[in-house]
Amino acid sequence: MSEVTIQVRTAPRDRRFPTQNQTNHCWARYIEFHACAKAKGEDDPECEKFKRWYMSLCPAEWVEKWDTLKEEGRFPGPE
Amino acid sequence: MFNYLKLIICPFLTFSLSTVFFTDAPENWQLGFQDPATPIMEGIINLHHDLMYFICVIFIFVSWMLSRTLWHFEKTQNIVPSTLTHGTLIEIIWTITPACILLVIAIPSFSLLYAMDEIISPAITIKTLGHQWYWSYEYSDYLNEEGESIIYDSYMIPEEDLISGQLRLLEVDNRMIVPVNTHIRIIVSAADVLHSWAIPSLGIKCDAIPGRLNQTSMFVKREGVYYGQCSEICGINHGFMPIVVEAVKLPNYITWISNKLSE
Repeated sequence: MSEVTIQVRTAPRDRRFPTQNQTNHCWARYIEFHACAKAKGEDDPECEKFKRWYMSLCPAEWVEKWDTLKEEGRFPGPE
Repeated sequence: MFNYLKLIICPFLTFSLSTVFFTDAPENWQLGFQDPATPIMEGIINLHHDLMYFICVIFIFVSWMLSRTLWHFEKTQNIVPSTLTHGTLIEIIWTITPACILLVIAIPSFSLLYAMDEIISPAITIKTLGHQWYWSYEYSDYLNEEGESIIYDSYMIPEEDLISGQLRLLEVDNRMIVPVNTHIRIIVSAADVLHSWAIPSLGIKCDAIPGRLNQTSMFVKREGVYYGQCSEICGINHGFMPIVVEAVKLPNYITWISNKLSE
């Protein structure tokens, strides 16, 4: 069993999404990550931050679905 | 005689003063609230008590007016009926007074409402998803070496599997674990139909809507096990998908997360 270091941190509050409905927050973070990954590469620390945030906010099922759509070239958002 | 009484009363007093028991689950024939564990629930209870003051005063006043009118204007005591149909002054008074009462009530009510919506920079995000008919929890702030996060389902323990002391229709196999004194963001959604994630002691009731992420916050002030139930009718087993939140100290929470990640 390997030791895992736990850091207590999560996606910060975003002033663009001040309401109870956080659906667009999750979506925006997912888009931001892919935009960043396209520009700087997936392993860039700046992009890794966006990935952590969308992982924190979006249900795993949604992320899986969007990833599949991306792979199939059917993703409805910006590529 | 006094010494004898002292012998009986003293241990009881010492015990009752030193030990506080909280009710974080419903009791038989309960009319009041469960004990609060978050500042929001304390606020809800205080608002309720404040409103009860207004309700009592209005109830007594209206009952007094009604019974006095019935008594004095009863036909044997008041043979000549009144021809009075309206009075401008009295109508102004009985319109303005309730409006003022409502305005006074609105002040603490709105401040509580906005306090509930406020998300103070959270340290943890936990997602809770309603399914027909169980809850699933996702802790995705932490990933293991394979890049997987913690996702598990929480089913009710059926009556025949309960052990002594467990609560019927309220106990689950996997509880949601949260740390005390930490700002937690809860994201509530559903995978199939409408559900509602509600825990009375924590002052939370948040609708779970498919395709939408609802956000609420939680700041648990004491360790404990808090019970709740699905609060939006969601199908045949709506009454059999309870919620259990266990609040532990932060180091214990971190240990639990590490163990879960290594599983």
